[in-house]
Amino acid sequence: MQRRTLLATASAMMMALAAPALAQDEPLKVGFIYVGPVGDGGWTYQHDQGRLAIEAEFGDRVETTFIESVPEGADAERALTQLALAGNQLIFATSFGFMDPVINVAQRFPDVKFEHATGYKTAENVATYDARFYEGRAVIGTIAGHMTESNKIGYIGSFPIPEVIQGINSSFIHARKVNPDVEMRIVWVYSWFDPAKEAEAANALLAEGVDVIMQHTDSTAPLAQAQAAGAIGFGQASDMAAFAPTPRVSSIIDDWSPYYIKRVQAMLDGTWESGSSWAGIGEGEVVIGEISEAVPEEVRAEALALRDAIGAGEYHPFTGPLNKADGTVWLAEGETASDADLQSMNFYVEGITAQIPQ
Amino acid sequence: MIQLVPRQSASNTWQIATPLLAVLATMITGGLLFAIMGHNPVAAIRTIFWDPLFGMASSYSRPQLLVKAAPLILIASGLAIGFRAGIWNIGAEGQYIMGAITGAAVALALYPLEAWWLFPAMVAAGLAGGWAWGMIPALLRNWFGASEILVSLMLVYVAQRIAAWMAFGPMRNPQGMGFPGSRNLQQYPSASNPELIAGTGAHWGVVAAAFAVLATWFLMSRHIRGFHVRAAGTAPRAARFAGVRPAVLVAFCLGLSGALAGAAGLFEVAGPAGQITDRIGVGYGFTAIIVAFLGRLHPVGILLAGLLLALTYIGGELAQLTMGLPAASVQVFQGMLLFFLLGFDLLTRYQIRRRITA
Amino acid sequence: MMIDPLSVFLLLLGASTPILFAALGELVVERAGVLNLGVEGMMITGALAGFGAAYSTGNPFLGFLVAACAGAAISMLFAALTQVFLANQVASGLALTLFGLGLAAMLGKPFEGVRAPAMPAGPLRINWIVWLGLVMVPLVWWFLNRTRSGLILRAVGENHEAAHALGYNIRLTRLAAIAFGGAMAGVGGAFISIATVLQWTEGMTAGAGWIALAIVVFSNWTAPGVLAGAWLFGGVTVLQLRLQAAGVAVPVQLLSMAPYLATIIVLVAISARQKFSRRAGTGAPGSLGTNFHALR
Repeated sequence: MQRRTLLATASAMMMALAAPALAQDEPLKVGFIYVGPVGDGGWTYQHDQGRLAIEAEFGDRVETTFIESVPEGADAERALTQLALAGNQLIFATSFGFMDPVINVAQRFPDVKFEHATGYKTAENVATYDARFYEGRAVIGTIAGHMTESNKIGYIGSFPIPEVIQGINSSFIHARKVNPDVEMRIVWVYSWFDPAKEAEAANALLAEGVDVIMQHTDSTAPLAQAQAAGAIGFGQASDMAAFAPTPRVSSIIDDWSPYYIKRVQAMLDGTWESGSSWAGIGEGEVVIGEISEAVPEEVRAEALALRDAIGAGEYHPFTGPLNKADGTVWLAEGETASDADLQSMNFYVEGITAQIPQ
Repeated sequence: MIQLVPRQSASNTWQIATPLLAVLATMITGGLLFAIMGHNPVAAIRTIFWDPLFGMASSYSRPQLLVKAAPLILIASGLAIGFRAGIWNIGAEGQYIMGAITGAAVALALYPLEAWWLFPAMVAAGLAGGWAWGMIPALLRNWFGASEILVSLMLVYVAQRIAAWMAFGPMRNPQGMGFPGSRNLQQYPSASNPELIAGTGAHWGVVAAAFAVLATWFLMSRHIRGFHVRAAGTAPRAARFAGVRPAVLVAFCLGLSGALAGAAGLFEVAGPAGQITDRIGVGYGFTAIIVAFLGRLHPVGILLAGLLLALTYIGGELAQLTMGLPAASVQVFQGMLLFFLLGFDLLTRYQIRRRITA
Repeated sequence: MMIDPLSVFLLLLGASTPILFAALGELVVERAGVLNLGVEGMMITGALAGFGAAYSTGNPFLGFLVAACAGAAISMLFAALTQVFLANQVASGLALTLFGLGLAAMLGKPFEGVRAPAMPAGPLRINWIVWLGLVMVPLVWWFLNRTRSGLILRAVGENHEAAHALGYNIRLTRLAAIAFGGAMAGVGGAFISIATVLQWTEGMTAGAGWIALAIVVFSNWTAPGVLAGAWLFGGVTVLQLRLQAAGVAVPVQLLSMAPYLATIIVLVAISARQKFSRRAGTGAPGSLGTNFHALR
């Protein structure tokens, strides 16, 4: 009991501190905390592109700041509080591990709005947002299924979490749809960014006879190795255009700017509300990078048609009939996966022979 | 020709003057660096050193100094005793991680039991975990003569992998939507380590750090063990005649520093960090080694050094936030500070004389 | 599921090269009695400098040369602190890592997003630098065991008081060793940026320097031991990934712990043999990690 009262007093003090006295003509202050450096060329880089898009869109009406390379945990809570105290009224926290710190800080600053990427906890002043990367995976899975000659596709996974497993399943389903002989080989590197290890993972896959590599890690190392072995791959998070036209034949780009611009606009209009956004190709959050000339014209056309169908909401990448890897029925004919199912996905679909590490 | 002559005892004047000189030198060179990068050097230095203490939001950042400094001081106090005796525990990072894991294990095993004794039991488990991890190099040195420097360092890597294993396996939060990481102990009242007095930042870890400073000061200046430690460090042979048993001293120093590091880990995981993740070790154990040396292995010095480092962390964040300095330049600045402090330390231990050459 | 051992070995050669270079350098440093924990900082410096030079000139080999110089240059900060200002080696090494990571991140901004020139493949389609690493192993062994300079270096590391009494220049020997360690770490780091990833990104060495430190311990301070250690540490990762690729479920975390435990076991076994049989083996250099100050 006593601890609770203490906490309550603490939050009252914090509120008094925050007091965002905002005059009409002052710019809206928007803060970001990043888990990596802006120069990571992947995840954080793309979020920072979103921040720059806000500045380009709103000019003098906004003022953005960021703190980069913030470790998840205690330091994140302090960084978030510093941003709130500095008068930021809208704060984007761009890593899953910032979830509990965001909730804690949001309680202390009820007048500040928080946006947390890839998490699942919301509050009155905490919204969550994520992108349906699996939609993009369906498109590059289609390209991969056509392009493979050895019928073995490799997938470099970061961590066995729902987001990554969705991507593996989605790309496998669509690769196999266009090429029934496709097999998928999966390697987990337990890191979002470890160039040396990603290179080794790519080499291990190449040695297994894989000739198309997909990656859910942020460095260009797998592309570099794929090129040396004459295989192909896809840009991840950012376009990785330096490796086009081959080995990088296309890419799956995180583009956060539509969402960021929408939310800042809502703040300026005074219409900001909490919620959970999970947008994909249709909203422009998941972008398929230019499909290079290494891909035959008909494959490109098919991939773009699939992209447009998903974007228009005519097709859901997880549409039944689909079975789980253990043979049990997951989705009946014509049934589509619910978001709740996807967000806690911890199984492979039928046809993938590997086990998800537990 | 310039000659260095060791001082009989460290000079009092220089004890105080050198850290000030080092900070001044850092301010000058760091200011130059910031100026070259196109920032206002005076404002940058003020933001890093002054604003966290007396700036706009200092009522928040001052307590945060304690939160950031507490684990550093707690760990460094223990390490310094060993360092004085010539026993080199550089694996505090591993002991910190193991203390966090064993302490959290108690809470996670008993979840959702609410009992007054739970938190004390966790502290005991954290102490024991760190102690046990520190005793491994102690015993291997006593039995086989294996270097404790190297064994304790190797055990850091092992502990990091145990943490990853725990976060993905045995300790994974069953309600965590498939994400790695344990339950958040902040949301488990009996197990949490909250702020004790609102607005002070002081949690039990801060109390423990303060106690550690006093206790180690008492130990080193008033207790026979402290005499043994100093004797072993300055004159190992003579110490044997004075009744010092080296094996006992090795076990004492490594066990004590391990236990304190373990406690620091527990206070952190139950408080500011909240959960066991694969990145629970954020480098406090290594930074504490630097703190111990900056503090000249003296309890009061360690207290000040811990606070100084915490200041540069928090000030560095503020500089990112308010001036847009990249995190990397702040890191360079911190590196300079360490270099200057370590280098200038020469003046306390040696006299510089001009040698008269015939 | 059969896995072709030759394919694993070829993967291993590339994967172990950065840690092999860094560990060979650190071996010489430690044999001179100096413990430099700043390997990670020197590697990242080399990774950036090498990439920058390779990109600017279009010549990857020039990149490696520049990386070696940059690694040696930044190691001189550590050398100045520990050999001139007599600061503690552990603390100075940690500071060097912090500084190096920050400096490389700061100076690396202009090189983000661009690509390194392709390297011509060496004999047997194995990278020239991989070959260089393999050649360095016998060279370092020969230097340490068969040359007069190597003998002096070992004497300095084993007992600096005695070496000083014999009239050897402790400080100069150690400075040279530290510079060599920095150069080798720089080349190791550059292998990651120039040959493996072909791009520069912040923090790209991702802890390789720390593995190099473990390898030196595993090696029992011998050059062939370093090669064995680099292959063990690299091999466990490669094998683990290779098994995964073949569809075999492996306990990744437990497996990745194994080389470190093996290192501790090796260290204990060698220390025990020295302690109980009183035979002069190699083992840790006697003056490792301690500073020397001559009174005269």
